[in-house]
Order: sequence, then C-alpha cells, then structure tokens
Amino acid sequence: MNCIIIDDEATARAIITQLCSNIKSLNILEEFPNAIQAIKFLNQHEVDLIFLDIHMPDFTGFDFIQTLKNPPKIILTTSDAKFAIEAFEYDCIVDYLVKPILLPRFEKAIIKAEKTEVGRTLEPAVDDKDVSSSGNDLYVNIDRRLIKIDIPSIYMVEAKGDYILIKTETKNYTVHSTLKKIEDKLPDSLFLKVHRSYIINTKKIIDIEDNSVLIKNDVIPVSRSNRPELMNRLNLL
Amino acid sequence: MEQPNLSYINQLSGDDNVFKQKLIDVIKKEFPEEKQVYFDNYKCKNFKLAAENVHKLKHKISILGLEKSYEVAVNYEENLLENNTAGKEEFENILQTMTDFITTL
Repeated sequence: MNCIIIDDEATARAIITQLCSNIKSLNILEEFPNAIQAIKFLNQHEVDLIFLDIHMPDFTGFDFIQTLKNPPKIILTTSDAKFAIEAFEYDCIVDYLVKPILLPRFEKAIIKAEKTEVGRTLEPAVDDKDVSSSGNDLYVNIDRRLIKIDIPSIYMVEAKGDYILIKTETKNYTVHSTLKKIEDKLPDSLFLKVHRSYIINTKKIIDIEDNSVLIKNDVIPVSRSNRPELMNRLNLL
Repeated sequence: MEQPNLSYINQLSGDDNVFKQKLIDVIKKEFPEEKQVYFDNYKCKNFKLAAENVHKLKHKISILGLEKSYEVAVNYEENLLENNTAGKEEFENILQTMTDFITTL
C-alpha cells in the first residue's frame, strides 16, 4: 500500500516511518507537516493509506478528510482517545491509534486496513422485506420542492417546535412537520420513539448507557417509559 | 519526581541504533522549540494556544515514559482551555526534568 503521513510533529512522523519500515507491504511516498501540503500532493498522486494526526493547528485532521472527494483508507493518530466517537462518522477511517504507538498495535491497524474496503458501510444490512412495507423512500417538502430521503439512511429524527430535524448518513433536513406524522411513515422494524422529542433508527445505535443512546455522535435521551421497548428490540447476550 | 527513560525509544528501535539516534536528534531539536512556543504563548496569556502547545508536548512526555506526568499535562491542558492556569508549576517542572534528561543524551 502506498502511504503518506500527515503530522505537524517531526518526532511523530519519524516514529510512524520507523513503524512502517517493519511492514513490507507499506511504501511511504511522502510525509507532510500540515494538511494543506498533503492536499496538493493528493491532487497529483494516488495513495492507498494515510496516517493522519487529528490535532493540528489551523486545519485539523477532520477538516482535511472533509476536503477529500474520494478519501483513501485513513488511520488516525492522536494523543487523545476523546475523538474516537467522531471518527465513527467517517467510513474511510479504518483505525484509531493513540500515541505513543507500539509495533503490535500498529501491525493490527495495518491488517485491518488491508482487509477493509473503503466506502463500505459498517452497519448491518437492513432487511429489505421490513422496509418494503412502507417503501424505501420518503418525500419531504422543503422550499416547495419534494426531496427524496432514503429511509434506512435516517438515523434519528428530532422534534423542533413546528419542525422536525431529520438526520441521515449524508445530510440533515429541517422539515415543517410533526414527530407523530413522520413516526407513522417510518417502519416499526427500524424506528422507535425513545423520547417525546426523538425517534431513532435502532440499527444505528452505537451504545446505550442508562437513560441515553449514542447514535453517530448524537447522545439521545431515552425516557423511562420507552426504555423497556428499546431493550426488547436489542439482541442482548 | 518521576524520571524520564528510554524504554519506549529502545522498544521502538530494537537493534536499529541509526534510527534510535535519529529519533533522539529529532527530539533534541523539536522539544526546545515546542517548549519555547509554549512559554511565549503563556507569557502573552494566549492560554488556548498554550493548551495546544501542551497537547503537542504530551507526546514527548509519553515517549520519555513519564506516565504520571502525562496525566498532569492532560489536566493542565484542560485547565488552560478554560483560562485556568492551575497545574502550571507542576507542568513546567516536568519540562525542566525532560530538558535535563535530554541534554544527557
């Protein structure tokens, strides 16, 4: 795999270069102290894997990823574990290494990168039969245009006064409607109202803690009365 | 006071003494620069920027095996982000200990 390293710290770049030298399948094309230089390089070269520091001045690792139309595989390198949740948002991120990085953990990340196909969804496939009962698409009226939303891509809906905020994998939509109306349009097999202001796609849950669920990087409250139904939906061990 | 060591660097280098020396040289060059930027930002009361500098220095603290000091730096970074300077003295003592150690390499 052809790789580049982006890190504003020379010491970190030297360490990653050394770690890469232990793995025959890796070929380091270039290293960069900032993301801007890397973007210029990527406009002219194809790479398979980027080692990317998150915490860089002016232009963070996440800012960088958002500039890429077809991002290659990315392994994040950071001194903080606190960005791990945000990393879940990007399909291109195959692993997350906390510095100082040791060789066994680095090797594990490379094996993961070699096995991962960029762009594949990490969520389990939705049962087509479940969705077909109400159709795969939902049309919403925004500024006099009917916009099509792929139902399984919706991960949560939030009530906002006279409007609802529909959050999908790729985009958010604010629509003049009620939670009750959209609840009737969404398949019960996927969606559950967990709070008077929230409907969630249960297939997209990352974790559950006491009276809240984590979906993408949103923490959604779960009301006491809705919690039993939520627990019933889970495939608990 | 916790003392720096080369355990991580030795583990990373294995028998590769050329790399080990190269890494030490990079640290010897980069650490004083990063430290100075931190002191400059602190002096100008740019605490958010100083927090970024502490963040960057944390990696070198961990490279030199200073596990408890790393936690001190984590707390100090968070304090600085809230314009709170608690932990300054302890953090700067860590920097001095590292400076003393690095000059012996």
